[in-house]
Amino acid sequence: MADEKAFKNHPAERRIFLSRIIVVVLAMFVMLGILVTRMGWLQIAKHDYFTTRSKDNRMRVEVVQPVRGLIYDRNGTILAQNLPAYRLVVIPEQVENMDKALDRLSQYVEIRKKDREHLRRRLAHTPSFRAVPMRLNLSKREVARFEVNRYRFPGMEIRAGLSRYYPLGRFTGHVVGYVGGITGPELLMLNDQRYRGATRIGKTGIELYYESLLRGYPGSRIVEANAVGRTVRTLEYHPPRSGKNLYLTISARLQKVAFQALGKHSGAVVALNPESGDVLAMVSKPSYNTNLFVGGISSKAYNRLLNNPRNPLYHRAIQGQYPPGSVVKPVMALAALESGVIEPEKQVWCPGYVTLEGSDHHYRGWARWGQGWVDMREAIYRSTDVYFYKMAMKMGIDTIHKFGSMFGLGQKTGIDLPSENSGIMPSRGWKHAHHGTRWFPGETLITVIGQGYMTATPLQLAQMTSLIAQRGKGYQPHLLRAVRNPKSGQLRTIKPDPIKPINLDNPKHWDVVIDGMRAVVNNARGTAHDYIGKNLQYTLAGKSGTAQVTELKQGVIAPDIEDMPYGQRPHALFIAFAPIEDPKIAVAVIVEHGGGGSSVASPVARKVIDAYLLGDKPVRQAKADVSS
Amino acid sequence: MTAEATNKTPTPTEWVARWHLDLPLLIGLAVCITLGLFVLYSASNRSMDVVTDQGLRIALGLVCMVVVAQIPPEWFRTLTPPSYLLGLVLLVLVLFVGDAAMGARRWIDLGPVQFQPSEIMKIAMPLAVAAWFNDRPIPPKLPDIFAIAIIIMIPVALVANQPDLGTAVLIVGSGVAVLYLAGLRWRTIGILFLIVLAAAPLIWFNMHEYQQQRVLTFFNPSRDPTGAGYHIIQSKIAIGSGGLFGKGWLNGTQSHLNFLPASDTDFIFAVLAEEAGFLGVLGLLALYVFLVARGLYISIKSQDTFQRLVSGSLSLTFFIYVFINIGMVAGLLPVVGVPLPLISYGGTSMVVMLIAFGILMSIHTHKKLLAT
Repeated sequence: MADEKAFKNHPAERRIFLSRIIVVVLAMFVMLGILVTRMGWLQIAKHDYFTTRSKDNRMRVEVVQPVRGLIYDRNGTILAQNLPAYRLVVIPEQVENMDKALDRLSQYVEIRKKDREHLRRRLAHTPSFRAVPMRLNLSKREVARFEVNRYRFPGMEIRAGLSRYYPLGRFTGHVVGYVGGITGPELLMLNDQRYRGATRIGKTGIELYYESLLRGYPGSRIVEANAVGRTVRTLEYHPPRSGKNLYLTISARLQKVAFQALGKHSGAVVALNPESGDVLAMVSKPSYNTNLFVGGISSKAYNRLLNNPRNPLYHRAIQGQYPPGSVVKPVMALAALESGVIEPEKQVWCPGYVTLEGSDHHYRGWARWGQGWVDMREAIYRSTDVYFYKMAMKMGIDTIHKFGSMFGLGQKTGIDLPSENSGIMPSRGWKHAHHGTRWFPGETLITVIGQGYMTATPLQLAQMTSLIAQRGKGYQPHLLRAVRNPKSGQLRTIKPDPIKPINLDNPKHWDVVIDGMRAVVNNARGTAHDYIGKNLQYTLAGKSGTAQVTELKQGVIAPDIEDMPYGQRPHALFIAFAPIEDPKIAVAVIVEHGGGGSSVASPVARKVIDAYLLGDKPVRQAKADVSS
Repeated sequence: MTAEATNKTPTPTEWVARWHLDLPLLIGLAVCITLGLFVLYSASNRSMDVVTDQGLRIALGLVCMVVVAQIPPEWFRTLTPPSYLLGLVLLVLVLFVGDAAMGARRWIDLGPVQFQPSEIMKIAMPLAVAAWFNDRPIPPKLPDIFAIAIIIMIPVALVANQPDLGTAVLIVGSGVAVLYLAGLRWRTIGILFLIVLAAAPLIWFNMHEYQQQRVLTFFNPSRDPTGAGYHIIQSKIAIGSGGLFGKGWLNGTQSHLNFLPASDTDFIFAVLAEEAGFLGVLGLLALYVFLVARGLYISIKSQDTFQRLVSGSLSLTFFIYVFINIGMVAGLLPVVGVPLPLISYGGTSMVVMLIAFGILMSIHTHKKLLAT
């Protein structure tokens, strides 16, 4: 290679180079021109704009907080809104002696010790030219007092803002959630840009789950301020982008009905639309006033909520894991039919108990002396435990687990709320993993009637009911119906999301089970007939459940419910859907320690369904008409 | 030089020539550097420590410059491949033993001295690419382009990984500048440009979040007015408030620039603009233009392709750095962390720039009688 140098035509190469250099020189002239023009524009044309009027004038860049998106129910009733509020902010670099200034300030405006501490912490990680909020929700009197003495407090000013308010407070508290102050750790995890100067962030419920839709984007403002720190004029303004407005699937009217229907009991009601997965109502009682949290709840009030033995902060509808009791029997019946262990018309003898081979332990039904010969439909509408025990002995826990899981038991529904619990659908594997022992046959029996290790949330039970109502077709339960961009007015409706349908080998089996559930209400011997079977204006199917909370010893007669201490009373459950031929609503009710499922829980379900199917549509339709 | 010494002491011009220095460049550099020290003093809040520090680096740089100016250009050709490899080794080294500052691994700390290998690459690259064409004819053909692409991409990948996207782009630019001066066909340039355009989405998604933020904030500073956008807003305010005559040395409003963390490095131009005004800006630009013009003159007068390419590309890239830094400070370009040559506080850049000028001087003062 070294011997053969490639032929180089030097004069030609020089010409190439020169021609290139000329272009380079021209380009440099252009670029210089750009720079000079830009400098001239900044320094001469816009000189006044950038110069301050007097020696003491300064420029400040302020963040403009975006308006948080509003939350409505499906008909436009407002559930979360923003009301005007005043706050006091301080710009540290303009304050000479912070402690002295705060002392002086407390003569006019209440400064609590925790305000000072909060300020100190916030100052530690904010540059000194940025405004830090010091007190929120000033009263009008405090605002007036400060403004009159404003000149004594350079570097501090009142800013008008918005404060979150929940008009329906308790009724929708768990679903809507609340916003609260941003904590240090939260601030570290957030996208700093979007949350500059922000004080509030969603903490629970929809406010938390859809925080990124509700928040919006901050804007900015360049202002000129005089020596005292007062804003003299605005030089540039870039508007913020408001958060999106959310329309939920729940109906405020139905929420109220469900909430009041629970009366003085604790419990939960979940109502779904089986045709779309819309959550029509989701109530957890007792509830609490979410407005307490917005401005920063006092520790006294918070402790009161925390220590309340009835746990108002607990969102029972999605977190409460209860033994479902007999309400799972329709699913168990389907399991028995599909696995071929029984035909619908076959009669089974119920003497009131069964025993397992090799033991004389009596597994009792709730009817002490037995119910005689029952077929499947009757076993459903009379809730014959012994029938199901016998099916369970033939099916085995594996089949039961499989069917329960198909209907969503033991798995989260994926509802758009935080902190959902999944309940337990026990199996051999589960027992081994959690208890380290093998599955015992007796446990299959108590599982089939919805006791033992099995637990479910009210939402899961509602979804299960919905799947039965629609004969295996189902949709993802969701709370968000539509999103509106407040600026463009554009509305985006969320489409229902179908889930994998349950296909039975023999679709006629659906009819058997649904008939049984219809008879629960219609048949004179149906468990719920006496309580909700009269004056029905639509076809209704349901199933009651009375879930034992304590074990009854062998041979002991169950005491009357009123004689039991509260914590030992069974839970009352009821699931229902209507109308049967074209289901529009599926409901699950649990009344904690309420006693009998039919007597206590079914009237709640009836009230809710009546209100939905028969009640007036609300007269007031908000300007945002979301009905499709 | 003649064997017989005369009794005369050498005139300044002769002395300069004996030391292979170029007088116009020397004067231009001296004025620029001195001006820079004054500005630095103000920008660093009257810190003599900073100025002394910078002065030492300048001294080191000048020594290197003189040393380099003695080296005949032919030696550059031979020295280039080892220098390039040394640069690569240092770049790899910095990934392992480098000091992480501001979230990037760019520096190697040698006790009293810290240096950035990526800065070295800024001149090693044009040298390397120019050396490629020493024995090969120009204009570049396709095989040349492929080879050079590799030569460019290896160190660029290492630099971009630091992460230092700004410098990586500049290194690519300096390599491409040589290609361009070597006569890369316009059509090929067009094709390459389109390829880059097509690859842009790929590059975007591989960028770090903060790099993406920088680009987005550039297009709309009000996106992040209290963060990255704040610096640009403050910079423009500082520049604009300088007016025609400036506020005078040391009279820049510190409250503005207290929040420009790079006021003594990347944003130092804003200090100059505020204190010396539009006239001062024109003066500095004229100074830079003078240096670049002299460099281009040297390149035109060079005697072979390698020297032409080296001197031309070094001048061209010097101008680009000036343009990018000033453009960035004035809000015309995204914030990319490129220092203002010869003025920003920072050792490696100063030494490297002076070495580059030393190369220019070497090329100009080692003329053979017979031009090729």
